[in-house]
Amino acid sequence: MAGAGTTPDDPYIGRGFVRADGPAKVTGAALYVDDVRPRGCLYGATVRSPVARGRLKGLRRDPDFDWTDVVIATAADVPGENVIALMTDDQPVLAHDELRHVTEPVALVAAPTRDRALAAARHVEVLYEALEPLFDPLKAADNPIRIFGDDNIFSRLEMVHGDGLDGMAQAEAAGARLVRGSYAVGLQEQLYIEPQGMIAQPREDGGLTIFGSMQCPYYIVKALKRVLGHDRLNVVQAVTGGGFGGKEEYPSMVAAHAAVLALKTGRPIKLIYRRDEDLQATTKRHPAFMTYTTAVDPASGRILAADVDLLFDGGAYNTLSPVVLSRAILHALGPYAVPHARLNARMVATHTPPNGAFRGFGAPQVMFAAERHLDRVARAMGFDPVALRRTNLYRDGDVTPSGQRLFDVASLEVLDRALAAAEAPLPPSMVATRPGGGQAAGRRKAGRGLAIAWHGCGFTGNGEAALAGEADVSIDGHHVLIHTASTDIGQGTDSIFPAIVADVLGVDVQRVHNAPHDTADVPDSGPTVASRTAMVVGRVVEQAAHSLLDALRAEAQWPGAEDADFDTLLERRPSDAPLRVRARYEDAGAEWDPETYRGDAYPTYGWSCVVVDVEVDTDTGEVLYRRLVQATDVGKALNPVLAAGQLEGGALQGLGYATSEAVVLDDRGAMRNNRLTNYIIPTALDAPPMETILVEYPFAGGPFGAKGIGEIPHDVPAPAVAAAIEDATGAVLDRLPMTPEAVLDALEARETPAETPGAAR
Amino acid sequence: MKIQFELNGAPTAVEATPMARLLDVLREDLRLTGTKEGCGEGECGACTVLIDGRAINSCLVPVVQVRGAKVQTVEGLARDGRLHPVQQAFVDHGGAQCGICTPGFVVAAAELLARDPQPDAITIREALAGNLCRCTGYQKIIDSVARTLSGDEEAAR
Ligand code: FES
Ligand code: FES
Repeated sequence: MAGAGTTPDDPYIGRGFVRADGPAKVTGAALYVDDVRPRGCLYGATVRSPVARGRLKGLRRDPDFDWTDVVIATAADVPGENVIALMTDDQPVLAHDELRHVTEPVALVAAPTRDRALAAARHVEVLYEALEPLFDPLKAADNPIRIFGDDNIFSRLEMVHGDGLDGMAQAEAAGARLVRGSYAVGLQEQLYIEPQGMIAQPREDGGLTIFGSMQCPYYIVKALKRVLGHDRLNVVQAVTGGGFGGKEEYPSMVAAHAAVLALKTGRPIKLIYRRDEDLQATTKRHPAFMTYTTAVDPASGRILAADVDLLFDGGAYNTLSPVVLSRAILHALGPYAVPHARLNARMVATHTPPNGAFRGFGAPQVMFAAERHLDRVARAMGFDPVALRRTNLYRDGDVTPSGQRLFDVASLEVLDRALAAAEAPLPPSMVATRPGGGQAAGRRKAGRGLAIAWHGCGFTGNGEAALAGEADVSIDGHHVLIHTASTDIGQGTDSIFPAIVADVLGVDVQRVHNAPHDTADVPDSGPTVASRTAMVVGRVVEQAAHSLLDALRAEAQWPGAEDADFDTLLERRPSDAPLRVRARYEDAGAEWDPETYRGDAYPTYGWSCVVVDVEVDTDTGEVLYRRLVQATDVGKALNPVLAAGQLEGGALQGLGYATSEAVVLDDRGAMRNNRLTNYIIPTALDAPPMETILVEYPFAGGPFGAKGIGEIPHDVPAPAVAAAIEDATGAVLDRLPMTPEAVLDALEARETPAETPGAAR
Repeated sequence: MKIQFELNGAPTAVEATPMARLLDVLREDLRLTGTKEGCGEGECGACTVLIDGRAINSCLVPVVQVRGAKVQTVEGLARDGRLHPVQQAFVDHGGAQCGICTPGFVVAAAELLARDPQPDAITIREALAGNLCRCTGYQKIIDSVARTLSGDEEAAR
């Protein structure tokens, strides 16, 4: 399997070639940030706000603690600007005036051992005057308690499609039925198994090297330039133990803290979060409150118009919230054609820890609502849920709410293929439950649910053209190096890019490597987010490989060079001068108006259908997963093993979102269940056997036709589970997570008089 | 105090406080950083090692408890430059993604395969239920263990 040469007839792409970092990871040789200990390093720890809101009055060191060897840094030690540069400059590196959320960083300590640093941090008391906090997102807008701007709204978006609300009125007048429902989702933690961590190492030129766990090296460069007041820094990614968005923007904070301590002490600083601290302090998925009204034709089941209101809770600082809201509104109607719609969305501020990037980025929230709403329509109007979806799914030529016309739509194929696979019996080798089940078996009810997702791949609108991400390819002796800022966080970038280049050059993939993701060397390829790495940067890498061939041919003075293969060109090079070529993302620019949200919202879309089988324990409310089938359009599976693995991991994260992952906040807004004993992610026993069908509707703009697949698997497992619970028991759940208590409540509500069809809840 | 035990087949002695976590002694004192820390409270299994052949979370074990015991870490699984069959299976079948959980999984799986060379999917899931993975959804981990080659098959490769 591995190591085979590549010829045009035997390419790597499309095969399950072995990942480049596999051996290092299975032997424990791969170096994550906590595995590295620079000579003379000190350990950092963070002193955090104990209150949701207050005026900072100072710090008090416990006089009984031994402070020898301990260095403390505060906002006054930030050499440049006290701000984490991202979208707006509202979030400080260290609080200096008002405390805006519990766990907000206030001071830093450094000490010779980790235990000493943690102990010292515990003995620094934050002095403050308590102020009244604002926690309720539903009351945040225009509240006299001010958090952001003059109305506590980080961002607001409105879209009108077709005739908007007039379309709704016309449909109603023509006999359409109005169905209204409200849906809500809570916080979710990314829970990468490796906590956040960063090392800052002073350089000889007075600058710093940052080394650590991250998705986006250039975010840290951008943030630290302002914090340091100069740009003598380079950022290097360590092997990173998962991100899921949680290491998109937050690492800038960790890096800034390590940097401040490194400058103050002149020593390397290692700053690794404890799990409980990571859970309480870092970003999570945004909670959302969503109301949908649709006008539905009673005969055909066509959705004729929709009115959608979205309210997202951003927490205390803006982070990337406006972009999350943007993706939410653009995906809010799910994969269904609706001729007239009005959509409203607001992102509000509260005094809770800031929410941020998490796989799906606003889409899982709205697609839970959209899919649950469709099930409500089916229930209220007597339609079969699958038939109703089939009626309304996008087809080729349909137009999205932003006015984008869709082509190569895989919606019906993913539906049919997932259904067909789910109809076949589970292969005996995959069965994951022991037969029997004893007493519990009698009170368990089995059910099946289905949901369908669409997901825009890459940045919104003209984002990619504006960013113009770059990638280099160079020759290193007999080997080829790829230089990008696109990190491997488990999804396989360090294996996928080399396979792309190996196929373009026609060489053994063992000779092609991703260079270390060090900003001193790699160009800015853009962040490793938004399902864009393989599709967008992969294409740039592909182009760079072609440019390398062109460059070799251009320097060759001999006849026939234009048809020669890579190795011949390499052998006959006129000199062994270094050769490095660069490619840049190019497109004509999408038709996109960021003011009106009209135009081509995304370069292309992926499609996915998830079918989940559950058993619901009607005594305990527990939901047991028995099987999950997904059929997902990936454009082209660059590596089917890695692609299926990423989709399966995303689906399980979605099942956790569905039932077990509840974040409970205390009266200060702090996560109360901040341990792995009480924030419950699925184990191998909780996870169902998973079957993954890769559907390939190629995207001409991606390498070999590939689309982005990183986020779509998280989009609709949760509504599929809700539908399965309803199928099994008749209980209707419209909020996440569907904990055992929530399921029991819903089972009980089932016995009370049925809700008036179509009434608001 | 001085604590002696067998580590990956070799006699080892370390100077450590008795209550120091075995995890820290391995990582910090012996610089065997293949054993990972994901939670520090016995929930994630990233720190799994074998103590006298049993899979244990090393973050919960005071080093004094392994006095005289045989400790095996992920670094001790490969022999003579050849991956342990279960390590090879993880490489071949997509068992590792970000990899932070992987050392714990291969150690736990090696223990399972030592007592049950041909476990079915249920047995594998039960044996690995103490190890958390956030990347794979477990299916490819289960497949990797189920498809781990026996010694004979390994030789025929
Ligand atoms: S670190 Fe030991 S179980 Fe998580
Ligand atoms: S591979 Fe990332 S946590 Fe398991």
